[in-house]
Amino acid sequence: MKDPAISIQDLHVSYFGNEAVTGVSLSVNTGNLVGIIGPNGAGKSTFLKAMLNLIPKDKGAVKVLGKPITEVRKSIAYVPQRNDIDWDFPITVLDAVLIGTYPHLKLFRRPKKKDKEWAMECLQRVGMQEFSKRQIGELSGGQQQRVFLARALAQKADLFFLDEPFVGVDVSSEETIVNILKELCRQGKTVIVVHHDLSKANDYFNQLILLNKELISFGTVEEVFKPEVISKAYQGQFAFMNEIGVSL
Amino acid sequence: MAFIEAVMQYGFLQKALLTSVMVGIICGVIGCFIILRGMALMGDAISHAVLPGIAISYMLGVNFFFGAVISGVITAIAIGFVSQNSRIKHDTSIGIMFTAAFASGIIIITMLKSSTDLYHILFGNVLAVRSSDMWITLGISLIVLAAVYLFYKELLVTSFDPTMGAAYGLPVRFIHYFLMTLLTMVTVASLQTVGIVLVVAMLITPAAAAYLLTERLWMMIFLASGIGVISSIVGLYFSFTYNLASGATIVISSTAIFILVFLFSPKHGLIWKTLKVKKKRASLV
Ligand SMILES: Nc1ncnc2c1ncn2[C@@H]1O[C@H](COP(=O)(O)OP(=O)(O)O)[C@@H](O)[C@H]1O
Ligand SMILES: [Mg+2]
Repeated sequence: MKDPAISIQDLHVSYFGNEAVTGVSLSVNTGNLVGIIGPNGAGKSTFLKAMLNLIPKDKGAVKVLGKPITEVRKSIAYVPQRNDIDWDFPITVLDAVLIGTYPHLKLFRRPKKKDKEWAMECLQRVGMQEFSKRQIGELSGGQQQRVFLARALAQKADLFFLDEPFVGVDVSSEETIVNILKELCRQGKTVIVVHHDLSKANDYFNQLILLNKELISFGTVEEVFKPEVISKAYQGQFAFMNEIGVSL
Repeated sequence: MAFIEAVMQYGFLQKALLTSVMVGIICGVIGCFIILRGMALMGDAISHAVLPGIAISYMLGVNFFFGAVISGVITAIAIGFVSQNSRIKHDTSIGIMFTAAFASGIIIITMLKSSTDLYHILFGNVLAVRSSDMWITLGISLIVLAAVYLFYKELLVTSFDPTMGAAYGLPVRFIHYFLMTLLTMVTVASLQTVGIVLVVAMLITPAAAAYLLTERLWMMIFLASGIGVISSIVGLYFSFTYNLASGATIVISSTAIFILVFLFSPKHGLIWKTLKVKKKRASLV
């Protein structure tokens, strides 16, 4: 039997005693495109970071590909939320993607010509090759997100974690990104995406994690994307409810 | 030129020149990482925080280098500890800790020594650089340059996207304290030339000017070092010729370069930017 991509047991995370994520247990099989949805402040980013051991957890066990996360870090690519990045940093698009090759480079080693070619190939996949010499701040939001996806591709990872990749992104970039994510899943990779907007969630993902501090629901899109389930997470946010009422 | 003749002639001036050139280089290199990580205030803090370490080293009769590094690193850890374990923000924590360290340093030094030493530590006296100081500066420079060269990848990632670095397994916090250690060493090397009070200017002004000139980190590092070196030489010239405090003349030289870059940088300079906007608007009339 194959190990699940991620298995989580009773995960608890708090900030100075304020619970942000409580008692989440679930297990995701490889090859899935999973959306983490829930209202703002639901603890989605916290959940993602705790899974990757980027912030301390109060309790719980996380296994990635059947191993502790520290042993499989090189098979993971993480794309941070947009506002975590300093867009004025003196770095070009190609050099930003090239960072994706760093995890596999030994200490003291520099990226070589073939690494640069590989970075260029990844840029090509997201349709950004002609912008390779631009500074990263001189791009639109959608182009920036595509560059960061290219960096994740450059990491040759088995698991991809993306935090709100569709915020501030134009329609065509969103389409490019979704297509690449779906393609990755067809290749047997596992992709986990934080997504706070319910619209299109049912088109994009095949599994959903509905979160509001605790795990409200986890399962296939058909199981989770029902008004009575969703409303438990989005209590009182009727505007949202109408939106999905229409789209369902 | 009298200055060049004097440099040829006087050993003390040669030492002063070599030392301040090395200081210009390493301040530029480390300064780039300091400003990109938004740690300019931290640079100021650590440079002040070495004072008690220097004082205690005098007291124990050991080389001041060791005391300075220890007190600089302890202060960096204390700053991190307070801001991570309370609602006190990072800059506030910096303000509390470095002034405390600096104040204790002043007390210890005044109890121990004459105030001339304090004056020189605070404001630098490059013309009094001894051979041993020059060698220490050379040693520090080699260590700093080697460290940045060897760990360039890691420093780049943790400055640009620390979360990604942590996600693929870099010891981000360790790298932070490693950089703080380098920063402390650079501060110590700068004591003789610019003094504690003005080190921060050598760290951030050349790096900030370089930041306005390029979109590549390695280029920024080279430019910052270059600007640091030019500032050092020009500053030393004015210090020697007009008998002014070397720290002050070096810092003012770097400020002058910064102002020129701020106005005339091809891409980010105020003048070109304004001209381009004007031209564009005129073409639309
Ligand atoms: N560094 C932090 N310190 C204290 N509280 C935090 C911190 N980060 C997030 N929180 C709190 O934890 C909760 C969950 O935040 P987050 O995971 O960012 O939510 P989401 O990504 O779903 O919008 C929020 O109430 C937020 O205010
Ligand atoms: Mg979030």
